[in-house]
Amino acid sequence: MQLTPIEMDALKEVGNIGAGNAATSLSQMINRRIHMNVPLVKLLPFDEVAELLGGPETEVAGIYLKVLGDAPGSILFVLPVESGLALTDMLMGIEPGISTDFSEMTQSALMEIGNILAASYLNALADMTSLSLQPSIPALSCDMAAAIMSVILVELGEVGDTALVIETEFIAENRDIKGYFFLLPDPGSLSIMMKAIGVGL
Amino acid sequence: MEKKIKVGMADLKVATEPDKLVTLGLGSCVGIALYDFKTKVGGLAHIMLPDSKQARKGDVNAAKYADTALSVLVDEMKKKGVSKQRIVAKIAGGAQMFKFNNGASDIMRVGTRNIEAVKKGLAEYRIPITAEDTGGNFGRTIELDTKTGSLFIKTISKGEKTI
Repeated sequence: MQLTPIEMDALKEVGNIGAGNAATSLSQMINRRIHMNVPLVKLLPFDEVAELLGGPETEVAGIYLKVLGDAPGSILFVLPVESGLALTDMLMGIEPGISTDFSEMTQSALMEIGNILAASYLNALADMTSLSLQPSIPALSCDMAAAIMSVILVELGEVGDTALVIETEFIAENRDIKGYFFLLPDPGSLSIMMKAIGVGL
Repeated sequence: MEKKIKVGMADLKVATEPDKLVTLGLGSCVGIALYDFKTKVGGLAHIMLPDSKQARKGDVNAAKYADTALSVLVDEMKKKGVSKQRIVAKIAGGAQMFKFNNGASDIMRVGTRNIEAVKKGLAEYRIPITAEDTGGNFGRTIELDTKTGSLFIKTISKGEKTI
């Protein structure tokens, strides 16, 4: 898969708008200001994707869902453990740092966060592209980064050895909360999206 | 000095005593560890998908698929003087990391399909499986010790063990 600089820019913009919308939802949820850095759009070899998350064995929380509709694909929202716990503490109105592992309660809170973030992300994309895009019900897993990333890499593995990663970083004010969005369009969906935003592919 | 040789995703490597072959964070992927007790040669493959026939044209990474990885790994071991009859296998991985309530789609069951494909391939090569740690919903890091042929398995939620 090869992308021109214009297509990369277009995808960056897609990621930017989607993540901006998601950051607003997140900030309303936890009632704190959220900073978001400019998404990086990268084509990465399989092995390097887990490195983004701190190494293959780093424990992370992954919220995975399918994108249904005109341009199918997958979304994976990944949080380092400390960020995931701090985020759910904020959501539940307790002092961040109190929770130290993923209880059933924090897991269900994380699912909810993932659900809302993904929906707002997709809404922004749908608005921008006039495509119909709906999220599936999310699934959650807290485990090694490589094991979690492998799920989407396997899907992509059927078409190549690199993953298209649209990376986004959220940082909550006074609290280092990092999360990474991976938007993974199915093979045919990339060109549908490009066409919809007026960049030929 | 013994070395730890890293095997990446969709990758395979061969090593001899006293080195160790390591692959990190197997999810739905399967680690195939082959070993010959006589020459103390080990081989480790980290496969992602069951069948190379499903690959798109021009995809030449043999280590990605259960069927092709196995034949390359066996050939590489033969080059180190291993006779096929002596090879034994240990396998690990093939988990389902995410569970959806509305029934698992094909892609979600890829862990199970990977395990089946690896077992089928090993049976065709008449390579016996002496131990396995497969399935479940958790990630695994595995380490093949070429001194002993033992396979060390590390997880986050289910502890550690050696098979």
